[in-house]
Amino acid sequence: MNPPIHRNPITAVESPAVGVTIDGLTKNFGTFQALKNVSFTVEPGEIFVLMGPSGSGKSVLLKHIVGLEAATAGRVLINGQDATAEHTLERIRIALVFQAGALFNSLSVYDNLALYPREHRFGDEATIRDKVMRALQILSLENSAQKFPSELSGGMRKRVAIARALVMEPQLMLYDEPTSELDPVMSATISEIIATLKDEYHVTTIVVSHDRELALGIADRVGILMGGELVFLGPPASLRQPADPRIADFFHPRIDLKNPRFKTLET
Amino acid sequence: MKQFTHFLEGFGSAVQLLFQSARFVGTLPRQRARFIDQCYLIGYTTLPIVAILCFFMGSVLALQSGYSMENFGAKQFIGSLVGLSFARELGPVIVAILVAGRVGSAITAELASMKVYQEVDALVTMNIPPARILVLPRLAAVLVMMPVLAIIGNLIGWFGGAVVCKYVESIAIEPEAYFSALRRYMKFKDVGTGLMKAEIFGFVVVLICCSIGLNTRGGPREIGASVTKAVVVSLISILVLDYFVTKALM
Ligand SMILES: Nc1ncnc2c1ncn2[C@@H]1O[C@H](COP(=O)(O)OP(=O)(O)OP(=O)(O)O)[C@@H](O)[C@H]1O
Ligand SMILES: [Mg+2]
Repeated sequence: MNPPIHRNPITAVESPAVGVTIDGLTKNFGTFQALKNVSFTVEPGEIFVLMGPSGSGKSVLLKHIVGLEAATAGRVLINGQDATAEHTLERIRIALVFQAGALFNSLSVYDNLALYPREHRFGDEATIRDKVMRALQILSLENSAQKFPSELSGGMRKRVAIARALVMEPQLMLYDEPTSELDPVMSATISEIIATLKDEYHVTTIVVSHDRELALGIADRVGILMGGELVFLGPPASLRQPADPRIADFFHPRIDLKNPRFKTLET
Repeated sequence: MKQFTHFLEGFGSAVQLLFQSARFVGTLPRQRARFIDQCYLIGYTTLPIVAILCFFMGSVLALQSGYSMENFGAKQFIGSLVGLSFARELGPVIVAILVAGRVGSAITAELASMKVYQEVDALVTMNIPPARILVLPRLAAVLVMMPVLAIIGNLIGWFGGAVVCKYVESIAIEPEAYFSALRRYMKFKDVGTGLMKAEIFGFVVVLICCSIGLNTRGGPREIGASVTKAVVVSLISILVLDYFVTKALM
């Protein structure tokens, strides 16, 4: 089977969609092991959803894919090229929606979105303006274009971060908890955006999320990290009745009001 | 020993940053707006404090030298003493110290906060090198603004000396006499040396402050720590460099 073709929405240049290989990835922070020998591949044009409890190493894994962290052992390959090599980011357009947004605080929302196309000379100001305004509209932000990040709510900041990534028109799109601060309607919109990018442009996508609906709704495959280990890898359907008790507990936590966990703190 | 390796690391990353920025010199025309912004911040906003400090530095210098030269009956040389000290030494050093305190600290604070809040990481993933848009415009702007600030500092310092000479009774030298003494022993080389020094100090200060800001690690608390470090390292560098550059340009 031939790999799907990624079509750049601006230049209409077609190139094979991007695949990601995580190969024995291990990351230590001092003596703490954040990732333990994690291996999986994300096929070109696939939507891969990465789940797992807080602190299990999901964000650290994404940072390795964009080359912001260097692996202690193992490696990440993007289309066969090492993710930490400088030219990888030059050749392959990768957008990361940071968990905290990472908006440029000194720039307005509009300029946050326009920075990438301006620096990479996508076209004249009018072309850039069209793209930016369209991305803002998709995320219902058209009235906030002139605001500054400090004037936005948490969810709005997240949406700006997603819009900024859309404007980059990437081949590989990484989301770190895109829906964690959004209402259900907006979450559904994000799921639609992710699915559309895959269907129309074959954008390879990795989504880190706790959102079970999103995972089951759009994922081609799901991976679950726990304590830095990959404990599940497979199609979302097999998560409906997980065999592994750890995963079952993760998806269906029981709220136990008699739990003494909290009471021990009161003395 | 640990301090020494820290020093070497810092020195190394500053030099590396310099080379990274130099690679993008060709993008400066496209970055006109950022360059002009930085010229405004470095030059215009520093000007009032440069003016005040240089004026009083000139005044005090005239006052002190009037007091001590009285003994030799050499009062008529006050003009050349103030003139030369300012052009060769005080002007560049005062301006560089003010740039370190006022501009350098602000640069470090801004870049450190961008680093801590992952804005720098975002730039890297967007394949927009921070050296290109954050460092290069600042280095270019300081190169343009330092001579301007130093010349204005010199003029105001000389003027401060003249005011004291005229109005302090124990000195009482007319401005004509003061400035003619100032001119008589001043060579173009003296002013040129001073401007050269200002240029070098300013450039090094901005490079140090950018480098320390971008190398900030950890949380918001580290922003303050970086700013303190940047100012201290800048001040030390100015005075150490001052000796060697002065010697080299003699
Ligand atoms: N720079 C760092 N230095 C030291 N430890 C780190 C660093 N970054 C992450 N860690 C540790 O690595 C572990 C995984 O962190 P990570 O941010 O990947 O969690 P996560 O799975 O994204 O959690 P969440 O769902 O809460 O965002 C955590 O225990 C964290 O303390
Ligand atoms: Mg995370």
